[in-house]
Amino acid sequence: MTGWQITAAATVALVAVVTFYLGRRSATLHNAAQDFDMARRTVRSRRNAAAVSGEYLCAASFLGIAGAILTDGADAIWYPIGFTAGYLVLMLFVAAPLRRSGAYTLPDFVEGRLDSRGLRWFASLITVLIALLYMVPQLQGAQLAVTTLLPLPDWAGPAAVIGVVLVTVLGGGMRATTLAQAFHYWLKLFAIAVPTLVLCVVFIGSGGKGAAAGLADDAPPTLPQDTTVTVDTPVELQVSAPTTLYADGVVDGAPAMGEVLWSAEVRHEVAAGTTLRFDTGTPTPVVVGAPADNVEWLAPGGDTWDLFGTYSLLTALMLGTMGLPHILARFYTNPDGRAARRTTLHVVLLIGLFYLFPVLLGALSRLYVPQLLVTGETDAAVLLLPTSVLPGIGGQILATVIVAGVFSAFLAATSGLVYSVAGVVSADLMPERVRDFRVAAVLLALAALGLALLPRQADIAHSIAIAFALAASTFCPVLVLGIWWRGLTAKGAAAGMLVGGLTVLTALGLDIASDYTDVWAPMLVERPALVSVPAAFLVAVLVSLASRDTKSATVNTFMLRMHAPDRLGFVTDAAIPRYGRAEERVRLGHGQGRHRR
Amino acid sequence: MRPVRRATVERVPGTPSHLKGDLDQPTKPKRQRVVLGGPEGMPVPSLRSRMELAEQTSWGEMLIRDLINALLRWSTAFALITLVLLGGLPLLFWQQPDIASFTVVGVPIAWLILGVFVSPVLFALGVMYERLSERHEREFVDMIEN
Repeated sequence: MTGWQITAAATVALVAVVTFYLGRRSATLHNAAQDFDMARRTVRSRRNAAAVSGEYLCAASFLGIAGAILTDGADAIWYPIGFTAGYLVLMLFVAAPLRRSGAYTLPDFVEGRLDSRGLRWFASLITVLIALLYMVPQLQGAQLAVTTLLPLPDWAGPAAVIGVVLVTVLGGGMRATTLAQAFHYWLKLFAIAVPTLVLCVVFIGSGGKGAAAGLADDAPPTLPQDTTVTVDTPVELQVSAPTTLYADGVVDGAPAMGEVLWSAEVRHEVAAGTTLRFDTGTPTPVVVGAPADNVEWLAPGGDTWDLFGTYSLLTALMLGTMGLPHILARFYTNPDGRAARRTTLHVVLLIGLFYLFPVLLGALSRLYVPQLLVTGETDAAVLLLPTSVLPGIGGQILATVIVAGVFSAFLAATSGLVYSVAGVVSADLMPERVRDFRVAAVLLALAALGLALLPRQADIAHSIAIAFALAASTFCPVLVLGIWWRGLTAKGAAAGMLVGGLTVLTALGLDIASDYTDVWAPMLVERPALVSVPAAFLVAVLVSLASRDTKSATVNTFMLRMHAPDRLGFVTDAAIPRYGRAEERVRLGHGQGRHRR
Repeated sequence: MRPVRRATVERVPGTPSHLKGDLDQPTKPKRQRVVLGGPEGMPVPSLRSRMELAEQTSWGEMLIRDLINALLRWSTAFALITLVLLGGLPLLFWQQPDIASFTVVGVPIAWLILGVFVSPVLFALGVMYERLSERHEREFVDMIEN
């Protein structure tokens, strides 16, 4: 290990220790049951917004967006837009009523609104599926980060993340996470903003490398120096002009050793273990399907299916945010519906600010680390960019800062999910005898770890989008219809979730199958949301209308509670009789917790 | 309907902190002051309207139905604005590739719009919606109280 690799590893350890310390400290200072249980509900909107953002900004935001921009260019900017707009939709339709409903998780909401135990169980199952789909890319990101930077085996990164998460979740409480997650937001913002600004200054200072204009050329990106690339998984490449390179291994099914000339007309298959060497200034081959030259990369759009893909992605991201279990649980820490709305508004601001930077990093990486396009491991762009732009100690310091932010992203999202979903698992899905939060947390974390170690090459941003698509096709119809339409029945909700969920899971299955069998997967399979979400809504409405006579008996009271303004005081939390209202606790002197400072 | 006057129990302002140690014994009952009738203008929702809401009489149910419809109308209006603004962009860039490749100071306008200008617009929409919905809820509470 070189000196800076040790520094990077030490920084990651430091992030983990600070997270644990913040959790531990608040957990021991406030050891009362309510603090462990459900967090203090008087956390102020601004800190709560930072905590929501800290929990939300995951591997996809930190690594995935830049990687997607390196590959797809302008079309990938729809990722950050969708992530931000999701909170606007959440604010418009869900935030305040859901908070007033008193539901802590989606299964709670489903049971309260539709009065059905069976549906609660079904909703819990979907919650677990979404959480797993969301955690796996985090852990695969950890694997990528660790193997890119350190000479460690594949399992080391995911195992380290799961270990820290379990220690934090089992050792602290939910209240503890509010502070820790808010810390994670500011850490991540710092860790991406400072390196981005420094790299931009260096880039502009070096005369734009004389190459900024090159991005507008009708040519592929060129390699900035002599580059050697080792292909770990078999890959199919294309070039847009005849290209000379040196190969050592198996190319196009035949052993190759020495100089190779690739023509633009055919695709070139490179087997695993092959080493490719390029001279400075060689046009970069790209993975088949990605825009090959810079003009195509720079312009949004494409064919009709690309347009469909963009809309489908936007649908999934905008409507999926409201179904993410860790985000919903955090809204419960708002004192009332109005505060929930304000928190959401702050989140739009905070994450909108954050997303300026991955876009810049993605564009810079097209100039400095185009060799990632050869292996398709574009998610490593953010990690490798600093040392490529600034060789030497300066680049290493920036890379260390970025690594701290990246691990903060893995830890925050994973621990938030494990915490909020372990409760669901232990309450609804485990047999009575072994019902225990801790056991559930360990099971969940190990399941995610197991799935993450399966070999599968997919971009982080793409995998996360599937989790969003599942949330959008199952929970979004139930939430939106349940909050705004008295007519939704348990049968309608179940049918809607079933149709939406099965559509997305089928698409996911076909997508994975096409990865293994090399059959081209249509856009509909990669991004199913534009079909599955309307289908789920339609089925939920039709089945509800057909089963009109089975409407929940308590629907009127529940609607009143969700929509009556907070000041009328209809909100009844399970916690209020036990611990008193938030404002009373403040007045009586119990509420002067550390969150006030 | 005027606000109903009710007897309330107020806590006496706290003892200066340097004396607190001596006085804060659990055996001593805390001093309390009984005030007859709340101060004018305090937002105490009218009991009757509240009861009607809580029991969901036909009038109460209608009130809530109207409130929900009004809130939903606003939310839908904002969602439509967002949909037109965001949803129009891919179509625009797809239909008119020339607009997308137009550059400002060397940066293509598509990148500027998508990367920089969209999120402030989203935030502005959020601010407007927040103000509007808070005003709406205030008006509803005022209506219930009178």
